[in-house]
Amino acid sequence: MIEISHVSKWYGASFQALKDCTTSVAKAEVVVVCGPSGSGKSTLIKCVNALEPFQKGDISIDGIKVNDPKTNLPALRARVGMVFQHFELFPHLRIIDNLCLAQEKVLGRSHDEAMAKASKLLDRVGLQEHAQKFPAQLSGGQQQRVAIARALAMDPIAMLFDEPTSALDPEMISEVLDVMVDLAREGMTMMVVTHEMGFASKVANRVIFMDRGEIVEDAQKTDFFGKPRSDRAQKFLSKILSH
Amino acid sequence: MFSNFDFDVIRRALPYMFYEGMTFTITLTALSALGGLIFGTMIALMRLSGYRLLARVAGVYVDFMRSLPLVLVIFWFYFLVPYIGQWLTGASRPIHVGAFASSLITFIMFEAAYFSEIMRAGIQSISKGQPAAAQALGLNYRQTMRYVVLPQAFRNMLPVLLTQTIVLFQDTSLVYVLSITDFLGAASKVAQRDGRLVEMYIFAALVYFVICCVASFGVRQLQSRIAVMR
Repeated sequence: MIEISHVSKWYGASFQALKDCTTSVAKAEVVVVCGPSGSGKSTLIKCVNALEPFQKGDISIDGIKVNDPKTNLPALRARVGMVFQHFELFPHLRIIDNLCLAQEKVLGRSHDEAMAKASKLLDRVGLQEHAQKFPAQLSGGQQQRVAIARALAMDPIAMLFDEPTSALDPEMISEVLDVMVDLAREGMTMMVVTHEMGFASKVANRVIFMDRGEIVEDAQKTDFFGKPRSDRAQKFLSKILSH
Repeated sequence: MFSNFDFDVIRRALPYMFYEGMTFTITLTALSALGGLIFGTMIALMRLSGYRLLARVAGVYVDFMRSLPLVLVIFWFYFLVPYIGQWLTGASRPIHVGAFASSLITFIMFEAAYFSEIMRAGIQSISKGQPAAAQALGLNYRQTMRYVVLPQAFRNMLPVLLTQTIVLFQDTSLVYVLSITDFLGAASKVAQRDGRLVEMYIFAALVYFVICCVASFGVRQLQSRIAVMR
């Protein structure tokens, strides 16, 4: 579904953010990307739907190359859902309109069709009664659930999560993770940048560990948590699991 | 000076000053603000577009307009446009552009330079995550700007845009160099005709003062309401 091969990215001439990254996400697979901050994991996931340009290598989604200048990027992005660390709901629109905007303007759905879809999804994330509110009136956890619903409204073939719980207060993390776990169990193809190792051990198929722009380890979940081969991954795990 | 202050001359001139003068002033202000905002937003988008040439052209335009006194631009425009039109259309005579059309075009072009800087600041005040989220949903550049970035930029900048419009309202009085009957022009004509300069100019100043004061107060109210909304 998502093929990443030999991707390198530089910021300016000197700083290399990604070094020859190669991996893939199969259909219905859940891949968790973890690693210390500044390791390039967010950059990598943003390269997948070309929100960040990269200089070398190829990425393709469902066989369509994202770095091909001839690719219709808006059309491709419309098929891949993305959830951001800071939610990025549109603050000037009501919750329901946040869910309808792209459905109507990008997919060309009628307003009624979009509303029906939106309200079904709000129901699913348990926020039906907040439909008429503005994003600022919701808690962080609620906003992130709306953001997931907004992405799902486009009927995506895959979902990208860029640290979806990092900006949340601890008591709100589980409500967001619950939605993501359900999604994973339904067979959604997911690439998730997160430090939530509980989530990883529950639903991930594979875990990718990145450090300093490199994919250091790319292993089946059981192998990764059982006996990470690299020192760096072992150190990282011992640090985040020791508490 | 005030011993023979004649209030009646003001009273008699009221219909003329307001129906003719103020109507013109408000029409010119509203149309210039609207045109300046649209044109200015386009200039702001050009400056932020990332295409070096477009950004450069827009930047030069803004710097140029902001380096000239408005009254000079009004004056030059009124006398030059007929000749530029003649040159462009290849007509045998300078084309006729009315004083209203000429002043409107001038104000739109001039205000666009100022509005563009306000809108540029507004667009830059939106976090980069917003356009990223819009693009991730499949919106193209035009849709991202139209539905996500510009509405927020406009809302954030509304108080500043309105303040600039109040300044514009005062600046429209400069059309006197074209002998147009705006509010000040009307007052001035009556003043000259009746030899009542003191009364008419004091009254005109008072009207401008009251309107601008009330409008500024309204903008401050709006500002505090926007602050609560955020």
